[in-house]
Amino acid sequence: MTESTGSFLKHNLREYGMLISLVAIMAFFQFMTDGTLLQPLNLTNLVLQNSYIVIMALGMLLVIVAGHIDLSVGSVVGFIGALAAVLMVQFEWHFVPATLVCLLAGAAIGAAQGWFVAFFRIPSFIVTLAGMLVFKGLSLALLQGQSVGPFPTTFQLLSSGFIPDALGGESLRTTSLLVGIAGAFALIVTKLRERANQARHGMESEPTPFFIGKNLIFVALIVAFSWKLASYKGLPNVLIIMTLLMLLYDFVTTRTTIGRRIYALGGNEKAARLSGVKTQWLSFYTFVNMGVLAAIAGLVFAARLNTATPKAGLGFELDVIAACFIGGASASGGVGKVLGAVIGAFVMGVMNNGMSILGIGIDYQQVIKGLVLLAAVFVDVYNKGKN
Amino acid sequence: MLLEMRGITKRFHGVAALKDVNLAVRAGEIHAVVGENGAGKSTLMKVLSGVYPHGEYEGEIHFAGVERRFGGIHDSEKAGIIIIHQELALVPLLSIAENIFLGNEPARLGVIDWFAAYAQTQALLLKVGLRESPGTLITDIGVGKQQLVEIAKALSKKVKLLILDEPTASLNETDSDALLALLLDLKSHGIACILISHKLNEIAKVADSITVIRDGSTVRSFDCRAGPVSEDQVIQAMVGREMADRYPRRTPDIGDTVFEIDDWRVHHPEHADRVVIKGVSLKARRGEIVGIAGLMGAGRTELAMSVFGRSYGRRISGRVRLHGRETDVSTIEKAVKAGLAYVTEDRKGYGLILAEDIQRNITLAHLEGVSNAAVIDDGREFAVATEYRQKLRIRCASVFQPVMNLSGGNQQKVVLAKWLFADPEVLILDEPTRGIDVGAKFEIYSLMADLAAAGKCVVMISSEMPELLGMCDRIYVMNEGRFVAEFTGEEASQEKIMRSIVRTGTTLSDQRLQ
Repeated sequence: MTESTGSFLKHNLREYGMLISLVAIMAFFQFMTDGTLLQPLNLTNLVLQNSYIVIMALGMLLVIVAGHIDLSVGSVVGFIGALAAVLMVQFEWHFVPATLVCLLAGAAIGAAQGWFVAFFRIPSFIVTLAGMLVFKGLSLALLQGQSVGPFPTTFQLLSSGFIPDALGGESLRTTSLLVGIAGAFALIVTKLRERANQARHGMESEPTPFFIGKNLIFVALIVAFSWKLASYKGLPNVLIIMTLLMLLYDFVTTRTTIGRRIYALGGNEKAARLSGVKTQWLSFYTFVNMGVLAAIAGLVFAARLNTATPKAGLGFELDVIAACFIGGASASGGVGKVLGAVIGAFVMGVMNNGMSILGIGIDYQQVIKGLVLLAAVFVDVYNKGKN
Repeated sequence: MLLEMRGITKRFHGVAALKDVNLAVRAGEIHAVVGENGAGKSTLMKVLSGVYPHGEYEGEIHFAGVERRFGGIHDSEKAGIIIIHQELALVPLLSIAENIFLGNEPARLGVIDWFAAYAQTQALLLKVGLRESPGTLITDIGVGKQQLVEIAKALSKKVKLLILDEPTASLNETDSDALLALLLDLKSHGIACILISHKLNEIAKVADSITVIRDGSTVRSFDCRAGPVSEDQVIQAMVGREMADRYPRRTPDIGDTVFEIDDWRVHHPEHADRVVIKGVSLKARRGEIVGIAGLMGAGRTELAMSVFGRSYGRRISGRVRLHGRETDVSTIEKAVKAGLAYVTEDRKGYGLILAEDIQRNITLAHLEGVSNAAVIDDGREFAVATEYRQKLRIRCASVFQPVMNLSGGNQQKVVLAKWLFADPEVLILDEPTRGIDVGAKFEIYSLMADLAAAGKCVVMISSEMPELLGMCDRIYVMNEGRFVAEFTGEEASQEKIMRSIVRTGTTLSDQRLQ
């Protein structure tokens, strides 16, 4: 039993609404900037500039879905960057042990905050507000108010490096293009297998024209995107990390029992608990996870700036939280998608980038971003109210 | 007549909760209103106090000689009708004086005159016989005294008719007697009172008239001054309803004892010195449906939830045995693994993730059953959800419909499906048919009968006596944290159950077993 394509589109418009908005925003800025937005160089910058926000949005989404919030991530980014700089620059550690220590530190930070939220029921807003102050102060203390850098070149590659181009190629990085095509192929295979599994169990699936159309568009986008990047320096390392994390978190939230239980916890904590879900531990884990992702983001950001400054990470938490809400997460918990948060992060990113190219001052950029956040959530709430 | 309510009818979504109810209260009398849970007493009082404003009900209210059309509680309070709910409406961290004058402060230009407030409070406290300073915080005094503060607050508003909803439900005997004495004292000062209570012995002590409400209608009125009214007369009026063929036929096939609770004691989660469950022992056998009867607040839900993974209460002691072996059910996970399931009375608050779809709600308690190594198999999950949708006849467009859009009966079926999929041996159903229509009720009864026939233990908590009598092989009667009687299905009757409840507190009746 399949619905007609038309009525299916109508029902699922909200699902793709954010994606369509992102495309519309990109088209708008592409037009307004006379094509600068989608130039290979700028596209690469767009990825590099937003990678750390996207990475943290993955963790923040889980925290928000579980019914909490984490205000400390910006300060944690700064603190981890400072820690990395002290270890690698001042103590001259190799980047592998230094990275491991930083990730562990992130986990410990998340655990400490999660402990108070989950087991002592102190509102996450308060715990992480305290964390925000504490880690901002600690990074100042670590750096003694100075900027520390530069990092060893091997570590810089995390943010400024591109995947090696084994096949060579002067104007086109063939390997990068091939990776993109392979990714598109993998997408088709997964989607076809999913559809076959649905059909085997008699599940209603998308109408065939819609299925083909949608996936052709996705494939075209992936190939076009990697071709664009391949014609500059290829796929950035950080894009690979980001994509892998994105796929992992999408899988965890949509396909695994732990993901399902986090949604149940945020949807109705009491009912989840009475169904045997370990709600306290689950809340705790979302914070540990957030801490680790904030540490990754901190390393990426430090490598990108190639120096650790006391001001690093300032205000990042706001962009990350905004990305989740623009992407359709609900402030009361239980609702939100990983891909939505990623799209939300890119909506913010494209607007930052586009407005900067247009020469709009930082003052009005903030005003516009604030209004977009409000508008996105308003439309979402308004639509829900109508149903 | 001080108050006359004539022909009051109140509908919710077309279903009549009150049908042509009449209530007449004379000036300066204590008028008791009695009836089973859900008979419509509270609805009637909400109509009277303006919670349901004029226009939302049919009929007329005459008070002090004038027809009244209250638009809200404010209007009825201005007329002198004040209701004190079972759940007291006091702010715990404010003082007695602050609570008494909350929203009604003696003030000039918005500046409160605390001297006046304290002086007036002192006078009011004297009237209700409460020896506390007006500055004492509510949280520092017991429930009995809090009740008196509520009455003092009512007096400060120049009350003519005081409505008390189960005022003694959470009081001990001394406090109850003090409260009843106060009501008699108020009466001598010309303040009339409507007393809603289940405790017939208390009613016998103070009431001048009794009105019995059953199934949303007034069935009888007694005038206690014309002659003595026997408890039996009142009980019969309360429960005397016809029993139609509303339950599936079943031939019980009862085996060995499977589930036992021994000397179970539980303290209140916030007030650790209050004992909520006072040594309860229960047995349930294979294929048996065991009922727990009792009034609201008797401790039935608290018993069930404290057994189910200690999800209620503190300082829990006692033993749980399954098949004669002592079993650790100290967390919900362990309880579920041991084969226990608890279907909550509050399906929206504790049973369902309302925003999620039917399928996800059904599999939540047993995700292992639809996953391989923590990865959920969408297809298998869909198959499971579809199977239970058909088995329980959940009426819905698809299993991907959010449960918040379902009717009460279908929501209840989803909660049941969730626990059936977890495949328990002992199912505790707490008010399984609350707020659902007759058709869905029959389907749920049939399901219970099927479960018992399949060899499960079913424990049913219910405030509806007819369904307990219609379904159960054995019925425990619970009151004030204890089992006060036990009947077999054949010997039980509504009168016997009601009697064992209303008579606890005075004498232990001869029906008390064990």
